[in-house]
Amino acid sequence: MKLVTDTGIVFVREMRPVIRDPFSLIFSLGQPLVFLALFGPLLTGVPGMEQAAGGSVWQWFVPGILIMIGLFGTSMSGANLLWEMQTGAHERLLVTPLNRAALLVGRALKEIAPLVVQAAIIVVCVMPFGFRLYPLGALAGMLLLAVFGVGIGALSYALAIAAKNREWLFYGVQQTLLFPLLILSGMMLPLESGPGWLRALSNFNPLTYIVDAERALFAGDFSQPSVWQGALAAAVLAAVGLAVGIRSMRGSSG
Amino acid sequence: MIHTKGLTRTFRVKGETVEAVRGVDIDVERGELVAFLGPNGAGKSTSLRMLTTLLPPTSGTATVVGRDVVADPAGVRRRIGYIGQGNGAGHSQRVRDELICQGRSYGMDRTACHARADELLDSLDLRSLAKRTVSNLSGGQRRRLDIALGLMHHPELLFLDEPSTGMDPQNRANLWEHIQQVRENYGTTIFLTTHYLEEADTMAERVMVIDHGRVIADDTSARLKDDLAGDLITITVQDGEEAAQAAQTAERIASPHDVTVEGTAVRLRVTRGEAVLPEYLRALDAGGLKALTAEVRRPTLDDVFLALTGRSLRESGTAEQDGGKA
Repeated sequence: MKLVTDTGIVFVREMRPVIRDPFSLIFSLGQPLVFLALFGPLLTGVPGMEQAAGGSVWQWFVPGILIMIGLFGTSMSGANLLWEMQTGAHERLLVTPLNRAALLVGRALKEIAPLVVQAAIIVVCVMPFGFRLYPLGALAGMLLLAVFGVGIGALSYALAIAAKNREWLFYGVQQTLLFPLLILSGMMLPLESGPGWLRALSNFNPLTYIVDAERALFAGDFSQPSVWQGALAAAVLAAVGLAVGIRSMRGSSG
Repeated sequence: MIHTKGLTRTFRVKGETVEAVRGVDIDVERGELVAFLGPNGAGKSTSLRMLTTLLPPTSGTATVVGRDVVADPAGVRRRIGYIGQGNGAGHSQRVRDELICQGRSYGMDRTACHARADELLDSLDLRSLAKRTVSNLSGGQRRRLDIALGLMHHPELLFLDEPSTGMDPQNRANLWEHIQQVRENYGTTIFLTTHYLEEADTMAERVMVIDHGRVIADDTSARLKDDLAGDLITITVQDGEEAAQAAQTAERIASPHDVTVEGTAVRLRVTRGEAVLPEYLRALDAGGLKALTAEVRRPTLDDVFLALTGRSLRESGTAEQDGGKA
């Protein structure tokens, strides 16, 4: 019970600045929108793209962009904790009787809110350009994105605690992991036309399954095996993220 | 309230073991106001971090408000308040929200949180800033908010880590007024660290001097001065020869190693200097020596630290890096 109450307290505390300053959400959409507007049109000319996409390139590209927001934005969220570790706010919270797991879970759950809002904005933006919305699939896709975001957020907070006062370490690790994960997931370009070794590597990337699932869901197709595979990958990622994150939080000394 | 036995903490720094705190025994009873005084790097903050459950001890035991810091950290946390060296409020948060969140963290209900937050906003002169974002506050305002956060749940034991560092004299006086008020109104036990001599001297009833991770003295400020430093009597005479004679006379009154001669000045470390001085002057007269000037100076805590370690706290204050942050 205390875990739930305390998670609520931490969640509300984290949500306040987001609600007070919703424009920060829109500003951080800049990067994905640039990818949509400038990279998306390039895809139509890529050989083999049409059959990979199975019709509209947008239908193929947009779900990948949603996972990209989840990866880029959420993996940065540890920076907030890093900052609170420097100012002393994190230390103050550690001395309160707040449940240690709640200190992490409350933060990780908050990641859902900006993610879902941003994803909704993106979807609304591309609808006039021929993006077809399957409401039930889209809803399931948002849920998948939320679970993914919790996992990435929790890992980002764990990284912040491990880095502790060494910002370079946090950003170094985060930036180094970002692009391999991005490219090897087939988020930007289809992997089907890539060399065998690259496809083999991508099989070890949980994001590959999550991206595939997100595409199937946003196409309204629940029957593909990628749906349960992606759901499983996201669930495992969230579970591992939370476990690692809670462990880090218990060992944190401010 | 606080009982530790052999409290020790070591850190590994670049392959070397640094002993930040070495076997510290602390006994603080309910209602006391104790200052932990020592230079930076003496182990003050590290000790405090162990007592507040932020850092597990390497060895030794600590019981805080009847709970063991290792076995029942949550029990300790519920019963203490803590005002750290940094700013406790999140920069993107609003002043009042952080106070409410703090109260909720201690299990206070909403009504109680709001009432208490209002009370503290008024008494710490933060009322007009209640809706401000913390990042827009001045340093002094943030520090007042830190104090409000620490007092939100009426802790029976309050820890303060270097509470007045970086404060201007007015804010410092203001801080102390609050701490005194809290004690008077609620009988709160207060344990603080400081490297300001004056602060420990005027405010704390009891001073624990810590150096190189060990407690080297523990008593009231007045008794530490009497026992370890004593009053300093200085007289001056006509010339060096007379000074040597005056020093001989002095050795009949004070123990010889407490008498020093410097040029025409003779200095004596004694207890109750105001009583010794007239006696000394009479003895000089009887010996045909004429004192030109005479002075008694009460010792400071710096004299105590000097007597204990051979170093001045003022000098060593900035020389070493604070091990507590390692």
